[in-house]
Amino acid sequence: MFQIRIHGRGGQGVVTAAELLSVAAFAEGRHAQAFPSFGSERTGAPVVSFCRIDDREIRTREPVMVPDALIIQDVTLLHQVDLFSGLSSECYVLVNSSRSFEELGLGEFLKTFHPERLLTCPATEFAMEHLGRPLPNAALLGGFAALTHQVSLEALDRALRDRFEGVVGERNAAAAAATFRYVVEQKEESLHASPN
Amino acid sequence: MLRQIEGSRAVAETVALCRPEVVCAYPISPQTHIIEAVGAMVKAGLLSPCEFINVESEFAAMSVSIGSSAAGARTYTATSSQGLLFMIEAVYNAAGLGLPIVMTLANRAIGAPINIWNDHSDAMAVRDSGWIQLFAETNQEAADLHVQAFRLAEELSVPVMVCMDGFILTHAVEGVDMLDQSVVDGFLPPYEPRQVLDPNDPVSIGAMVGPEAFEEVRYLAHLRQMDALERIPAIAQEFEELTGHASGGLVRSYRTEDADTIVVALGSVLGTIKDAVDVRRQAGERVGVVGITSFRPFPGEAVREALSGASRIIVLEKAFSIGFGGVLATDVALVVQGSNAKVFSVVAGLGGRAITRRSLEDLLAQSVRGELNPLTFLDLDQAAVDRERARMASTRRSGPSAENLLRDLGSDYAASKAQT
Amino acid sequence: MTRQPVRFYQVGSFAVGNRLLNDEDRTVQSSPNRTNSIDSGHRACQGCGEVLGARYALDAAMRATNGQLVAVNATGCLEVFSTPYPETSWRIAWLHSLFGNAPAVATGVAAAMRVKGKSEVRVVAQAGDGGTVDIGFGCLSGMFERNDDVLFICYDNEGYMNTGVQRSGATPPAARTATTVAAGPEPGNVFGQGKDLPRIAMAHDIPYVATATVADLHDLEQKVERAMEIHGARYLHVLVPCPLGWGSASDETIHIARLAKETGLFPVFAAEHGRVTSVSPIRHRTPVEEYLKLQRRYAHLFGSSPRPDIVARLQEIADENIARYGLVTEEAGESVASEVRT
Repeated sequence: MFQIRIHGRGGQGVVTAAELLSVAAFAEGRHAQAFPSFGSERTGAPVVSFCRIDDREIRTREPVMVPDALIIQDVTLLHQVDLFSGLSSECYVLVNSSRSFEELGLGEFLKTFHPERLLTCPATEFAMEHLGRPLPNAALLGGFAALTHQVSLEALDRALRDRFEGVVGERNAAAAAATFRYVVEQKEESLHASPN
Repeated sequence: MLRQIEGSRAVAETVALCRPEVVCAYPISPQTHIIEAVGAMVKAGLLSPCEFINVESEFAAMSVSIGSSAAGARTYTATSSQGLLFMIEAVYNAAGLGLPIVMTLANRAIGAPINIWNDHSDAMAVRDSGWIQLFAETNQEAADLHVQAFRLAEELSVPVMVCMDGFILTHAVEGVDMLDQSVVDGFLPPYEPRQVLDPNDPVSIGAMVGPEAFEEVRYLAHLRQMDALERIPAIAQEFEELTGHASGGLVRSYRTEDADTIVVALGSVLGTIKDAVDVRRQAGERVGVVGITSFRPFPGEAVREALSGASRIIVLEKAFSIGFGGVLATDVALVVQGSNAKVFSVVAGLGGRAITRRSLEDLLAQSVRGELNPLTFLDLDQAAVDRERARMASTRRSGPSAENLLRDLGSDYAASKAQT
Repeated sequence: MTRQPVRFYQVGSFAVGNRLLNDEDRTVQSSPNRTNSIDSGHRACQGCGEVLGARYALDAAMRATNGQLVAVNATGCLEVFSTPYPETSWRIAWLHSLFGNAPAVATGVAAAMRVKGKSEVRVVAQAGDGGTVDIGFGCLSGMFERNDDVLFICYDNEGYMNTGVQRSGATPPAARTATTVAAGPEPGNVFGQGKDLPRIAMAHDIPYVATATVADLHDLEQKVERAMEIHGARYLHVLVPCPLGWGSASDETIHIARLAKETGLFPVFAAEHGRVTSVSPIRHRTPVEEYLKLQRRYAHLFGSSPRPDIVARLQEIADENIARYGLVTEEAGESVASEVRT
């Protein structure tokens, strides 16, 4: 089972992101479960959502305690909420930021993690470019797909177009694709940059 | 068709397949997504003929339902928590009048302190109202139970409440095999009321009944619930033959064949318990689970049979009777009377506290070691309770406990943040 | 030109006997084909104003709908005395659910009739004043606001009579009840409280609001008939004296109801879409004292230590009603002004 935890703020599409991820995984024949952290839904308040993906029936209903991947949609949460609860060094971490982990002050904390599983990406900028609105969730899902290979970009693309009709769906899909490409490029760059 | 769908949406679409004629509701979290979706379908004309009525309170929602059901219309409503309590007089009335209304209860805690998260206090508060109460384990079962509920309600002239865990199920997106209209139409015949308001054949419904007949009227209601004990499994079986879905029934056992410890529970927590049981089984412990789908009528015989091999019965429930202990545990203890099994009451998941597999594993291990108390509050923060008790002992005007506890936990959190 | 007012002394009132009317104007009750919605054998008290009002109202509604009527009843005297199990006085389709929910239950019945393709079936909901202005008020306001197709009739006897005469939001000032006893400097119910439900109903902008008393049953019938010509939420507020609760003689019910209107304490009018369209003018303006003296609930205002100050305050209320609704025609007003001053 692959478990994802998404942190963000009310209005950023945190709950929708988990749902879309589950829909994409489902479309690829896998079992998936998505659910929010059930807070009072106010714009700007910290929100958490969860997604599980597995090849067999998912029975558990507990929140994701030990995530395999963590998506942080809003870095202003870094010092507000316990974002890293239950995190193991095996975890994928995807942060919406144009700054590096070092610049975000997380370099030390993530030292023991697999570097190829860590990435910051300017999802809000991709969203502004493609959607014209600072809604980073679709863009981040593209990044997630490239980083973890848990869902394909094609499945994500379909889920986005099913969820958002017409031009909105297209723009979201474009934002996801852009981030996907960005992440692939980043990974290649870091591969070439590594001394091996 | 198998779809990845939100629980509320699955229920709303399934209710629509049941062709309700009057739907009346008042919004309350976490029931809202269900009634929004049904309302949208009615507004779009997908459900004609059907009236969707927005009312000023839950009391009115159930009252409108009483009127429309008595006038012969298939009637649906949904609520949660405070909403159920606000309509409770009408909830009893609907059952007393024998009106086959179907209601979704998106289970949520009851305040004060106000809390929007899941537990089963609301369902337990109307345990004795005369409604049939069915608990869904998954969203598949939640959807399916509504079809069975209309059939059951209308066959017996008894209202049925489908209980599904608020947020945990209502807001969870997962795979649900949605039924076809033709399947539902084949399973659920049009509503033929036993009593109806008809100007051409006038009857009085809701007369005053004195001591000379009240007990008999109540006993008849009990007999109808006893009839339901026969009909619930029969309807579930017929449903399974038609759809392939193993939804509903009275009780369901998991890995209980040789189990000496069995956990009994209602609703969605059964999934997490099954995972915990699998882990303990790997460790060689003989543990199993019994899920109760029909809480009212209480299937005493089926429960007794399902628990017959166990020496330890752990009844884990998301509600309790303050001043005594578990509600379900009391029922279970009564039906296993005379056996050698010991019944343990575990209160868990109140007000949305997560019930984790880890805690359940610990609980099972504790039980196997013979260290479980007769009444346990799972994951209780005893230190926080003790601090508040101390405050109350030391000063008369110690203030509101809920706020004190929150302040206490807030400063704990701040202190732990300061340390890291 | 001089005008001679005609008085029909044979009935001791200004009411016009059926015999003098054209066929189409005769009362529903004069017809041998009337429904008899509430049959004999019920357990209402002697002189009960409520059962009289209900019988006239429902028979009129039955005639207006060709018998296609469902009645929803709130808990209260009317429900209790009409259905002592296993008997029932109702000869119409009738449903009782709860004390505070009759308007909502009626909404449900009306909705069901529409979806069942039986839109010819009309719905009347009825309650006492407690079930209307107090415990049923939320549901009533909701029904009004949605403009549901229900005629709601309040039989107002100004208190909780079924439970032993306690104060309601419709109990008038100074009236003695079991919870507003005649003791202290302000005996009886206090001034400055209570709901004027007809005006509240009008504020909902519903198509029809009217008041009536059991003193003018023909007027009551006509208002029910008018109400049944209209679809949407309609409200009829009927004053029904209660000999038990008011401490009046059982043969004075009609007389007292008439005095309530003639004093101005109970204005009789009709309104459509929030505007008053007609008033029943006061024919013989009467000081409130004459109305109050017939009822033991006001006995503490008279007798050995009378309270003319309180009577005067009640008169003020009557005068305000008269001014608000224009209840006094010029000639009646003049003849009365001097009486009131004395």
